[in-house]
Amino acid sequence: MVEITIRKRPREEELQAQRKFFRKTRKGRVIKVLRERYLRDDIGCGVSQCSLCAALPSPGQAPALPLSGSPHTQFPTGHHLLPDTNAFLHQMDLFEHPAFSASLIVLQTVMEEVRHRSLPLFNRLRNLVRNGADQEGQGCWVFWNEFRDETAVAREEGEGPNDLNDRAIRKAAAWYSTHVAQALSSRARPPPAVVLMTDDAANRAQAENASIPSLSVRQYVAGLAHAAELGDVLSVHGPADDSAAKGAERGGRPALYPEYWPAATVEAGVKSGKLFQGFFNPSQYNYLEGYVNSQAMGRPILVIGRTDLNRAVAGDIVAVELYPESEWKAPGDEVVDQDVALANDDADDSEGEDASAAAETERRLAQREAADARDVARRNPLERHPTGRVVGVVKRNWRAYVCHLDAASLSSSARTSQAQQTVFATPVAANLPRIRLRTRQAPALVDQKILVSLDRWDITSRYPEGHFVRALGRVESKEAEQESLLLEYEVPYRPFGRAILDCLPGEGEAWIVPPKTAGSVVWRDREDLRELIICSIDPPNCQDIDDALHARPLPNGNIEAGVHIADVSHFVLPDNAMDTEAAARGTTVYLVDKRIDMLPSLLGTNLCSLRPYVERLAFSVIWELTPDAKIVNVRFTKSVIASKAAFTYKDAQTRKDDLKQKDPLTESIRLLNSLAQKLRAGRMAAGALNLASPEVRIQMESPESSDPVDVEQKEQLETNSLVEEFMLLANISVAAKIQETFPQTAVLRRHMPPPPSNFEMLQDVLMKRKGMSLDISSSGSLAASLDKCVDPAEPAFNILVRIMATRCMRPAEYFCAGSVSRETFGHYGLASPIYTHFTSPIRRYADVLVHRQLAAAIDYTPLHASLHSRQHVERVLNVVNRRHRMAQMASRASIEFYVALSLKSRSERASGGVREKAFIIRAFRNGVAVFVSKLGLEGLVTFKREINFDPEAYSVKVPSPSGGEVALSVFEEVEVEITVEKDVNTQRGKVKMVVVHPIDSRSL
Amino acid sequence: MSRFEPLNAGNLRSDGRRPLELRSFSAQLTTHPSADGSASVSHGLTQVTACVYGPREAKNRGQTMHDRALVNVEVSVAPWAGEMRRQRARGDKRTLEFAASIKATFEPVIQTTLYPRSEIHIHIHVLQLDGGLLQASINATTLALIDAGIPMLDYVSSLSAGLYLTTAMLDLTSIEESDLPSVTVAVLPRSGKVTLVSMETRLHVDRFEEMFKLAMEGGKVLRGEMDRIVRERTAALARQMEGGGGTKEEDKMDTDDL
Repeated sequence: MVEITIRKRPREEELQAQRKFFRKTRKGRVIKVLRERYLRDDIGCGVSQCSLCAALPSPGQAPALPLSGSPHTQFPTGHHLLPDTNAFLHQMDLFEHPAFSASLIVLQTVMEEVRHRSLPLFNRLRNLVRNGADQEGQGCWVFWNEFRDETAVAREEGEGPNDLNDRAIRKAAAWYSTHVAQALSSRARPPPAVVLMTDDAANRAQAENASIPSLSVRQYVAGLAHAAELGDVLSVHGPADDSAAKGAERGGRPALYPEYWPAATVEAGVKSGKLFQGFFNPSQYNYLEGYVNSQAMGRPILVIGRTDLNRAVAGDIVAVELYPESEWKAPGDEVVDQDVALANDDADDSEGEDASAAAETERRLAQREAADARDVARRNPLERHPTGRVVGVVKRNWRAYVCHLDAASLSSSARTSQAQQTVFATPVAANLPRIRLRTRQAPALVDQKILVSLDRWDITSRYPEGHFVRALGRVESKEAEQESLLLEYEVPYRPFGRAILDCLPGEGEAWIVPPKTAGSVVWRDREDLRELIICSIDPPNCQDIDDALHARPLPNGNIEAGVHIADVSHFVLPDNAMDTEAAARGTTVYLVDKRIDMLPSLLGTNLCSLRPYVERLAFSVIWELTPDAKIVNVRFTKSVIASKAAFTYKDAQTRKDDLKQKDPLTESIRLLNSLAQKLRAGRMAAGALNLASPEVRIQMESPESSDPVDVEQKEQLETNSLVEEFMLLANISVAAKIQETFPQTAVLRRHMPPPPSNFEMLQDVLMKRKGMSLDISSSGSLAASLDKCVDPAEPAFNILVRIMATRCMRPAEYFCAGSVSRETFGHYGLASPIYTHFTSPIRRYADVLVHRQLAAAIDYTPLHASLHSRQHVERVLNVVNRRHRMAQMASRASIEFYVALSLKSRSERASGGVREKAFIIRAFRNGVAVFVSKLGLEGLVTFKREINFDPEAYSVKVPSPSGGEVALSVFEEVEVEITVEKDVNTQRGKVKMVVVHPIDSRSL
Repeated sequence: MSRFEPLNAGNLRSDGRRPLELRSFSAQLTTHPSADGSASVSHGLTQVTACVYGPREAKNRGQTMHDRALVNVEVSVAPWAGEMRRQRARGDKRTLEFAASIKATFEPVIQTTLYPRSEIHIHIHVLQLDGGLLQASINATTLALIDAGIPMLDYVSSLSAGLYLTTAMLDLTSIEESDLPSVTVAVLPRSGKVTLVSMETRLHVDRFEEMFKLAMEGGKVLRGEMDRIVRERTAALARQMEGGGGTKEEDKMDTDDL
């Protein structure tokens, strides 16, 4: 038994130990809070082999700091580094840098302040502490200074919280110095120094007075072994002494942007409805345009021009002030590419010089565009958007961005020098501004992909400033591209940690379903379905098989059909490390050449995967269906199955079609297929949509080499729809069941009907160009009118319309049943009143939750407490929704990258560009956007010469060489030549398209 | 989300205690000489005074029982006790319920059969509140009953326990109570019998036993402390009666100084 003791508190400690403060409640009442704390003498200093602290209990953590500190040129006897809060808040990249090594003391005071200021940074700090030392002379230790009696401080009269924290930090630093000296007093060498790291000059001065050695971050880094490399990762929050000089310099510079309104004004404005708050989304065609999606407004607010955009960066939550309706504009008709428009901008001193060429170009562009936009707006009221300007940023959502260094911004003399210089980094995502960056390693980074973190954006600076974090590898090397893709879409891709792998069954690969005995835990309440003829149908090379099916006729003429899903919740128990990680990952991400698993692969591809010929645990949904596919009844049960075969869609199809095969397995597939057809017909009759997205598959030469050979469009076989129908049926049945049992917390999925305004543009184009109309009053009528959009001459046209209609839709989302009203549960696309995801627990976390709820609904296990809490479910689902979206974008981007690679190899073989048929999907004043359906690729064709643009008719008229004009309008088919070109400056591979038929646009 | 961290990475709670450490405990006997027995108890910043009147003739004749004494409990919370100044009405539902649970705790422990047709009145004043109200009230009542010389089967010592993730912790403060599932247990330490278990939060059944056992163990530690205080107090009284030079000061001895 552990010892239970009573902490005695000496009377004289009272002042130190009690803390009184006043707190204001949300209702405005003031509350007096009195807290006490217990000061102790058993808190270790963390220095290994410290003679004074050796006997103290150090639960969970062995002392981590090296005895004699770490080396630094200014401290020959070694040192321990003690940074203050701002050091961690601003320079976290420095501490995380692999070349940075120091004996690091993190004070509790600092830890708590970081936690209070920024949770993400706090998590990074915690990881830093947890990962600790991997090399000599390095270590990280949290010192709980506020609970150690010598270092605890009490607030003095009139002292602010910041001063108090600074004092606590200095006191701890002083204590450490004497403590380390005492501990090493027996040794001949002088003890290591304890160095306070702070950028606050006042704090440093006070430390000097108390004879505590202190340095600013820059001073400190200068004395380290990898000074040049580490100097780059320093953020430009910079030392205070430096910024004073900068401020003076800046005095002469004109402000390029208006100041943001004070936070309180913005908040009040949003509350009163005067301002609109929402995420900022830059336009993908024009870097000087963006939208703010505000809940209060209902439709996106357009923001045009650099000044009005006012330093908003994609993803920020901004506050927008609306212009009066007479000044509302339409989005521009021009494609403006930042790289082209501002190619000659100089990184060093672009601001201030109004006359600089770049500013000039940009102003001209902006003026013309503004004029045109007004023009368009007058002509076409349909396209007019509420227009506004950004007046404040509610929350910056800056992260680290993957960038290329812009070689043109390097001064030519400095191509080889190690001197610090200011350069531009161009983010890979086209809708981000260029970032100004100071580095000493510019020459080495020119053809690298690098990670850059944004620091600040001043009103006098045209571009935001950032700092270098790390290099990812050479441009176009597969590793670098892959990693940058994962970073760009924030996919967590680190290998699973120890703690997570410890949650796997101990037997590892050798785990099997235990023999069926009366007392077996695994077999409790499980149905034995090993005799059933079950098979799985999946895409080729599928390793994580999470569903299997069976069907058999019943004596009463009905049919029993079953869907068996991998029983992941048997292995992934709630609230352990693996569960937490899976919840954070949310979904498995499929890239062309890599799969980022949600669960460790032992589960995903082996123990949970419903492989053929082995016994596996499953969660089964078993229906009794009439031959007309009407549900007679349904039951849910945990089971043990042994799949009899794993087919690919193609195999299953050929087997079904081969009339000679009469074995039970084939009969079962035929039975399933006949049911699926009826189910599908029923669903379509109910108004389900058949939407299309450009799905292509990358054909690899061989599994080993990752050179793409060709791109092909995915085939849809009957068996695809067989599997799909039964999965839908299972999901719907399960959704109804868990919603009934847990009306408050059931995990469901819905697809909101799209707002009609989304379709305005498409309807108008269709009407004008093709004389067709879309009826969007319901999903059924939309499906019917989509079916009618057929052009006999162009069979691909219908698919194109479907793709464009899909883009008008809202994305489907997971939600918690108790959080929204019952009427909004419906799934628009599937025309089902209720829906959830149950069938892929190996690769989707929501399914795992649904499994747990279903297991509780059938009284198999009690429901874990966290799934009773609506807040918890909502929180988890928010993450899952976001991850899901990101994963989709990541896999799309991965496909795009490979399409570009294959184009490149194809055009090399063909010596010249690749020619493909394409549809025009949008017309601009200086170009057209085209869609190549064969490659699933969208591209822009721009014209250099002035052309005749007719926004009403959605077409451009281009002068042809033979005289006269050729019209290029939306929905017309053209032939394009596609080449992959490298941008000289940024080394970024870019897909370039030109129209070659009916007219050659290269001359234009 | 609350940014409160009940147990940090250094295995320390928000007030610097380890999970199994109790707050500073002190007690005084005979704080109200006008009552037949009284005691004041503090667990950290929680402070409770209990006064015992009786055994005496019941005020309300109708309630008297012919074979045993009636135990009455009345609780009053000072308006300044909590974070917010608040005047509680006399018939406050929560306070009545609270009084009822204390009554139920002590009825089987006090040897009521020795005092038929009489009443034992317990009045509890809550002076300051920082979590663990029930435990402090029960411990104060135990000491007050002892001070009044009313025979009991054993000390009743009470302690709260909470759970953070998988770590059980004892003697919760008010912020911990608001964040963690908690249980209050009152035990008769010598026999190991439990007279009260009160839990108002949800808790997984698998975790309950560990918390429960720890709270019982903690109760034994508290009993030792209470016993020491009672014995010292009695020894001082005895010295005084023998005329051994007991002074007025010693009479009002603060047990904390011993």
